[in-house]
Amino acid sequence: MYKLDVKKIHKSYGQNEVLKGVSLQASAGDVIALIGSSGSGKSTFLRCINFLEQPNSGSVLLNGEELTVVQDKKGRLRVSDEKRLQLFRTKLAMVFQHFNLWAHMTALENVIEAPMHVMGIKKNEAIERARHYLNKVGLSAAVEKQYPSQMSGGQQQRVAIARALAMEPEVMLFDEPTSALDPELVGDVLKVMQQLAEEGRTMIVVTHEMGFARNLASQVMFLHQGSVEEQGTPAEVFGHTKSARLQQFLSGNLK
Amino acid sequence: MIESFENFLTIINEYWEPFLYWDGTQFSGLAVTLWILTLSVVLGFVLALPLSVMRVSKNKFISGPVWFFSWVFRGTPFYVQLLLIYSGIVGLEFVRDTPLLYTFFISGYNCVVLALLLNTLAYTIEIFAGYIKATPYGELDAARAYGMSRWKMYTRIILPSALRRALPAYSNEVILMLHATSLAFTATVPDILKVARDANAATYLTFASYGTAALLYMSISFVLVWAFRRVERRALAFLAYENN
Repeated sequence: MYKLDVKKIHKSYGQNEVLKGVSLQASAGDVIALIGSSGSGKSTFLRCINFLEQPNSGSVLLNGEELTVVQDKKGRLRVSDEKRLQLFRTKLAMVFQHFNLWAHMTALENVIEAPMHVMGIKKNEAIERARHYLNKVGLSAAVEKQYPSQMSGGQQQRVAIARALAMEPEVMLFDEPTSALDPELVGDVLKVMQQLAEEGRTMIVVTHEMGFARNLASQVMFLHQGSVEEQGTPAEVFGHTKSARLQQFLSGNLK
Repeated sequence: MIESFENFLTIINEYWEPFLYWDGTQFSGLAVTLWILTLSVVLGFVLALPLSVMRVSKNKFISGPVWFFSWVFRGTPFYVQLLLIYSGIVGLEFVRDTPLLYTFFISGYNCVVLALLLNTLAYTIEIFAGYIKATPYGELDAARAYGMSRWKMYTRIILPSALRRALPAYSNEVILMLHATSLAFTATVPDILKVARDANAATYLTFASYGTAALLYMSISFVLVWAFRRVERRALAFLAYENN
């Protein structure tokens, strides 16, 4: 049984079909890199996994358990049971391109928020957990009282990763976590992600960092115009590239 | 110059008690002004929370009535609203025939507080709704992705953030409400201005009488501004004006 089994996701905006039946299977400990040019649908696909976007068809199974979905008036799938969707989402922590920290909360408050107010963990326990993960992503105790606006992008993204880790999730979803960072700050975040990958965490990573995909991913999926064009281990995908599209993409990407 | 200063002393000497709290038969002056201000502003704030959330609803049947209410009360002068509520409503037949309504609307205090409340409510709804709408979309995305229900999103993310950002605009609204209370005397409520008018009528020291009232209003404004600044410094620390 797969830890995360995403089956044949279709998604359209009006007439424009942006996902044409994309599937993904992740076993525990898999690190799956989703690559592709802008507009290929990789971020939309990631957002369909936790229903931030409503797919038109397809299904998502976590540990073999499927969320029941119903079609709404516009033909999109809606999870019928809000409570179950919320529980489901707590198991799939997400890290965003633009961090999306809650601006009116300090670093520590950001990290304890969902564990306390969604999962119902006691405050001291949540704080202990938050400090553990903030420390793990390499942030000093001085940062915990700072607001997002007082931190660098690299620090904000590491707080966001700590926020995700504090959920102790089954699967972590990363949506271009380094794309909004200054080049000199990308390394800090990648280092944290490398550490997480090596710990055996299950991660789905939408990324433009080919180095990360090549060295740390267990599987690479190349999306093109809403379909999986090529998929396999990094060695297969980067070493023996089959599709012309991917060759073109890589030649523009690899330096 | 000296003469007018002495006039002030005369007024303060003879009228300090009614100006501050008691006119011999009832509460008056500063105490009354603060009481009607506090009551209307606090009730207005509490009611504005759910109503501003309704105001931003996508459902027209929910947002429409709130929009209409705030449009009416922002579109008419406060004095007209007070006249309608204090002098107008009590003359309506069905109000005269309903003892409960009649008892309510015959009281100047009730009418003044109700008028102030409805007026500040209309403006406060618009202030809050504006900041609610301006909540960064990414923060809502994160709230959803971390399993928050709509209720949690509002109580933990949207309102705490919007209310903080709204503080400077809201403090301005409270000051304007303080100024609006000075019409309370027209509904027989013995506020600061009513005492000033009595003092003027009895002494003909017009400048000193109204000047004393002005000084009292200024002092309240000063304290309000100071208090709001203090709260803002804490509550708006996350905007980090100085730190970056």
